[in-house]
Amino acid sequence: MRGDFLERYIQGTSLVHRLDPRLKLVATLAFVLVATSLPVRAWPAFVLLAFLALGAVLAARIPLGVALRRSSIALPFAGVVALSLPFTRAGQTLWSWPALGLSVTDEGLILFAAVLVKSWLSVLVSGLLIATTPFPQMIQAMRRLRLPGILGSILSFMYRYLFVLVDEAGRLMTARAARSVGRGRTVWWRARVLGRMVGSLFIRSYERSERIYAAMLSRGFGDEIRASHRLAPTSMAQLTWERRDTLSGLLWTALLAGVAAMGWLLFR
Amino acid sequence: MIRVQNLSFAYPDGRRALSGIDLEVRAGEKVAVVGPNGAGKSTLFLHLNGILRGQGRVEVGGLAVGERTLRQVRARVGLVFQDPDDQLFSPTVFEDVAFGPLHMGLPPAEVHRRVDRALAAVGMAGYERHMPHHLSIGERKRIAIATVLAMEPQVLVLDEPSSGLDPRARRNLIRLLRDLPMTMLVASHDMRLVWELCPRTVILDGGRLVADGQTADLLQDPGLMEAHGLETPYAPPG
Repeated sequence: MRGDFLERYIQGTSLVHRLDPRLKLVATLAFVLVATSLPVRAWPAFVLLAFLALGAVLAARIPLGVALRRSSIALPFAGVVALSLPFTRAGQTLWSWPALGLSVTDEGLILFAAVLVKSWLSVLVSGLLIATTPFPQMIQAMRRLRLPGILGSILSFMYRYLFVLVDEAGRLMTARAARSVGRGRTVWWRARVLGRMVGSLFIRSYERSERIYAAMLSRGFGDEIRASHRLAPTSMAQLTWERRDTLSGLLWTALLAGVAAMGWLLFR
Repeated sequence: MIRVQNLSFAYPDGRRALSGIDLEVRAGEKVAVVGPNGAGKSTLFLHLNGILRGQGRVEVGGLAVGERTLRQVRARVGLVFQDPDDQLFSPTVFEDVAFGPLHMGLPPAEVHRRVDRALAAVGMAGYERHMPHHLSIGERKRIAIATVLAMEPQVLVLDEPSSGLDPRARRNLIRLLRDLPMTMLVASHDMRLVWELCPRTVILDGGRLVADGQTADLLQDPGLMEAHGLETPYAPPG
């Protein structure tokens, strides 16, 4: 497990890669907003959104399999959070277990499925955004779009130390693999080891954060972070808006608006 | 340049880390601080720029380290930590090296100049847009030094600078440190580096200063070395 999987497709030259990060950020947010606010029964709209998202993935020349695999990470999380929905939503009962006091309703199931689909769609486009935009550029775009300075700084830290964490986790997993002969690769054993690894990583991260704070203090940090984004013009590539950004933006807006209108008007 | 008088410090859990440390370092001196693990070397260093504050007095360039002088002290004392990943906390090299000058309140043009000078001094000019996780450990150690050099400190304090470096990176580091003119305090287990770089050595053990003298004398005293968990370097540099 190495950190470079986060940046494997960053060096692309597709249209999507070359779009202004501000456009990509706003376009992603707009898509997520539409996806999450569509009525629960607007299935054709969801399908169209999926085509739109996958179309963008193809335009970015990222393999579909990769995008699908990465976005499927949303499903277990959304699934666990929405687990209670099939059982607690009022509607026609489909199955029931009187002994446990549980029953599944049709409304509940539909809502559950909709939550999964909406989460998956959102993660799909967000993943595309991250895969095609170098992070410093993304932070720069956020700052230009008036994101509060402290949030930008927190995101920068998160990105920077994600790689450190992944490396440490990788080392812990290698150590585990080196010891997993004979003990039996039972799921329970591996789960216990994983739990200890997560705990260990948490403690290490906490202690590291103390050292980082000491390093920041040593370099004059007071109570506010002064971001170097005002120095950006010479230190980082300028963000310039091109004609392709306007055209892509208009196309994306039109398609999203069309799907949203269809979803809202036909499936209220 | 640095004056430590009767410095004592105990951690909140009661563990006594430093006891009655007295140390004077003149401007331009390069002094090694050696001792076994847990002797208090890192703890002592953290007192030099006010991150830890104990009983006793610490003065840097005549300025007493205290609540109100922290900003100035931290501009004068550049502390380089052992793990460069603790010090390189920004997404790009440029932002890391610019952090210090920026928080000193310098104007953008001056910040740029200092970043350029600092990176050139460590031989990493042109790496501004790189992200730290793309660099090797030797390169990261050099950038960590640059982040501190950009503040143009009068004193450079380094905690285990050569740990984790391969021979070539270590050799580059020694060369770099030898050429820097400022007062230097170096904590290291690398006895040959100590011998090559620092004419004066101070031994810390159990929170006390147990020896202070010429490196050649101290390091060639096998009884002294053994008593404090150290070793005379094999084939010391001629």
